[in-house]
Amino acid sequence: SKRTMAVTKASKDQKYDRQLRLWGDHGQEELENAHVCLINSTASGTEILKNLVLPGIGAFTIVDGHKVSGQDVGNNFFLSNNSIGRNRAQAATELLQELNTDVSGNFVEEVCVFNYEHTCLRLGSVLWNANIPFLVCRTYGLVGYMRLVVKEHTVIESHPDNALEDLRLDQPFAELKNHIQSYDLEGMGKKNHSHTPWIIIVAKYLEKWFSEHNFQFPKNYKEKEAFKQLIRQGILKSEKGTPEDEENFEEAIKNVNTALNPTKISSGVDDIFNGEQCNDITSQTPAFWVMTRAVREFVHNDGGGNLPVRGSIPDMIADSEKFITLQNIYREKAMQDASVVSKHVESLLQSVGKVCETLFCKNAAFLRVVRCRSLVEEYSVETVNKDAITSCMDSADGEMVLYLMLRSVDRFYQQHSRYPGVYNYQVEEDISKLKLCVNSLLQEYSLNVNVKDDYIHEFCRYGASEPHTVASFLGGSAAQEAIKIITRQFVPFNNTFIYNAMSQTTATFQL
Amino acid sequence: MADTDEPEKKRRRVVELTEKMVVDGGSRDGGEWDGRWNHINTFLERPGPFTHPDFEPSTESLQFLLDTCKILVIGAGGLGCELLKDLALSGFRHIHVVDMDTIDVSNLNRQFLFRLKDVGRPKADIAADFINGRIPGCNVVPHFKKIQDFDESFYRQFHIIVCGLDSIIARRWMNGMLLSLLVYEDGVLDPSSIIPLIDGGTEGFKGNARVIFPGMTACIDCTLELYPPQINFPMCTIASMPRLPEHCVEYVRMLLWPKEKPFGDGVGLDADDPEHIQWVYQKSQERAAEFSITGVTYRLTQGVVKRIIPAVASTNAVIAAACATEVFKIASSAYIPLNNYMVFNDVDGLYTYTFEAERKENCSSCSQVPQDLHFSPSAKLQEVLDYLTENASLQMKSPAITATLEGKNKTLYLQTVTSIEQRTRPNLSKSLKELGLLDGQELAVADVTTPQTLLFKLSFTS
Repeated sequence: SKRTMAVTKASKDQKYDRQLRLWGDHGQEELENAHVCLINSTASGTEILKNLVLPGIGAFTIVDGHKVSGQDVGNNFFLSNNSIGRNRAQAATELLQELNTDVSGNFVEEVCVFNYEHTCLRLGSVLWNANIPFLVCRTYGLVGYMRLVVKEHTVIESHPDNALEDLRLDQPFAELKNHIQSYDLEGMGKKNHSHTPWIIIVAKYLEKWFSEHNFQFPKNYKEKEAFKQLIRQGILKSEKGTPEDEENFEEAIKNVNTALNPTKISSGVDDIFNGEQCNDITSQTPAFWVMTRAVREFVHNDGGGNLPVRGSIPDMIADSEKFITLQNIYREKAMQDASVVSKHVESLLQSVGKVCETLFCKNAAFLRVVRCRSLVEEYSVETVNKDAITSCMDSADGEMVLYLMLRSVDRFYQQHSRYPGVYNYQVEEDISKLKLCVNSLLQEYSLNVNVKDDYIHEFCRYGASEPHTVASFLGGSAAQEAIKIITRQFVPFNNTFIYNAMSQTTATFQL
Repeated sequence: MADTDEPEKKRRRVVELTEKMVVDGGSRDGGEWDGRWNHINTFLERPGPFTHPDFEPSTESLQFLLDTCKILVIGAGGLGCELLKDLALSGFRHIHVVDMDTIDVSNLNRQFLFRLKDVGRPKADIAADFINGRIPGCNVVPHFKKIQDFDESFYRQFHIIVCGLDSIIARRWMNGMLLSLLVYEDGVLDPSSIIPLIDGGTEGFKGNARVIFPGMTACIDCTLELYPPQINFPMCTIASMPRLPEHCVEYVRMLLWPKEKPFGDGVGLDADDPEHIQWVYQKSQERAAEFSITGVTYRLTQGVVKRIIPAVASTNAVIAAACATEVFKIASSAYIPLNNYMVFNDVDGLYTYTFEAERKENCSSCSQVPQDLHFSPSAKLQEVLDYLTENASLQMKSPAITATLEGKNKTLYLQTVTSIEQRTRPNLSKSLKELGLLDGQELAVADVTTPQTLLFKLSFTS
């Protein structure tokens, strides 16, 4: 019933409050409509799922044909010792389901032989062709590994840290120009003078500067300092001649450098505009590309080479009326620009929905597209990223050597049907065998790098163990990447992530 | 033939060794099963090229973790729940957990040891119950208390302390407590008096984990500038010049509520009471309408009043895991610990930065050198008070200042007891000279940010 739905929504709002402040109700909706499949309920696997079940993923399915072993229970919070001998997928599903009744969990008893290379490549191809994002995760001793495989992932809401403001002081639009004209700084009383927004102050003094400098902006450090001085001279003076306390003027001076940043489209966004998908718009084209094309049309036809105005301004010292009026100038221009973009969308094809357009325009400067290379490309001799591997191996103790070791232990498994050093007595004798695998790997890919013996020894020492804390670190990392893919907010990594728990360092490679 | 003998010999060796591992890896107490600690044993029983110089592979290390090692977890919230799980699954059985809070619905998206039915109950108690039930043999002892309720005799019993706190004040207090446990003999630090402190913090998609060896490595106060003081809106903005929806909410909270007393005389704003928040929300909307400000929502109102910090399960999982790995490394000497600060941010890809935070030579907490206070003799005591609260390296909350004058201990100013505050308030407008303070005089300052009194040396400027 409607009332039950309202009550449920209210209680969900309470439960999920802390995360709704990060990805909003619309992000939460995407999460609740998502269905995730986990293959192998190892400790890493269940930890990833825990961090998806808690925030309310719609549904999960675990595929695992293994029976629970004593070893499994030892490092896995979602297996108990009375489940030893039972199907691992079923046992884990029960304890994960218990975390959150909003989520539906189920399982399939199916063994996935994890000869990583073989299985991953086959599964990878199937998912690649079906356009289903694939995240490969493993914990091996003190090393965590993630590989994201997604053909193309578009992000409108990337939520950049430290984004530059869009103030248009170098190219004020008509309404902004008029508004600036309406101010007469010299003729103002003290109260108004001290509560004029710094944006207006900078704009006014820019006009002054132009008239004295042949309509050129302050270009270098010297000129910018001189410009700041010009503004400083505008601070009101008391009867004694000492400068008054005008915080808004101090704000203006402090913000000169960023205020004078030329309005322009970043190369990243430019690349997106020049993407192939932008050119051939059909009824099958995803909304993201329709919107991008529409904004591109705007840039070329209506925006004078600029994106739609973002519409937000930072808080600044000012009285309420001056601030709100100025804020509304930017907001109304942004809405105007968004509706022009909307017309472009219409002329391209059916409308994509009003909310989407406003959101898109607000974020136009921060669009991101992530394209991962396929596993086939990573593993084929013809297309292996030799340069990345070789140059990263210049720091012989960086994370790249750990990647090569993971590839090597998989080769070991292919040859010996087990991982190196599982039993104590094997550690010593497996070192030389693993070394052969390392060498054959390097040779096959013509990688002229040196893998120190210490790492070969260390990987034998690990005995393919999966310590819980490392699995848990990976579980948190992987779950958030999955959430990014599902909500299309924030930006996923591209495409290989390595965690070194020995040094507590990480690295991301594009392989 | 030799060849056919080999596989049989090998198989027998495999069987023997696994049996040996079981006997060595298990304790005879209830709740053990074959292979339980296999994932950890590789790190305790095998030599390796990257181990700590002090590490010696042994089948006894696991026994130490299981039977002897005592860990204290501070906080049973987002980080605390993760820490308890991580430690329990790493072989630690003697764990104490301290948390003064009770469970709220908004905790349930990440504090996975709690369920809806637990709302209102003490976090420490429920967390301990859950872990002890899920991990046989684990004995988590809960304390539904503030950290300040315990003294040195409590803290001294632990091998390692790991913090998952959401308050800088509490961190600093803990830091101060462990520093006060240090024993110096002839100026030399006795290593057995050092209790390592692992500290984790998270906020949204950002987090950090650090390892502190009190007296040896950078302490919390050495790097206080890494935590910039909370910015509060200026009063004139709130009172007469609001521009943002947040200003409207602060106006209602700070000015309107005390004036209108909507729920009766002496009834303070309870941020956890939905009725109170609803009132603040409505009044904030009215205020916003007056100034044509948009954007006041219930969620925003609640966020401002409660100073809510967004939080998700994933970040807490990552940071707690890093901390727990360090606890394991230190307890087992298996590897060299993190040296000493890791920062994490997964807004754009995954970013970490690991560096060695340096000790501050004149750290107010760990340098054992009395801090200099430079003031003119005609400066008012208020100026000294302002310095103690505003200085980025000190950031005290409500310092109490005492000095020895004419052989007697005199309280110059104390805020936290109303009667003493009233009695000593006039001192604030007196000059240091008027108060009888001399150049080189020692001032003792107490504050919530530290369990021990800090000593300052007054140095007069002309």
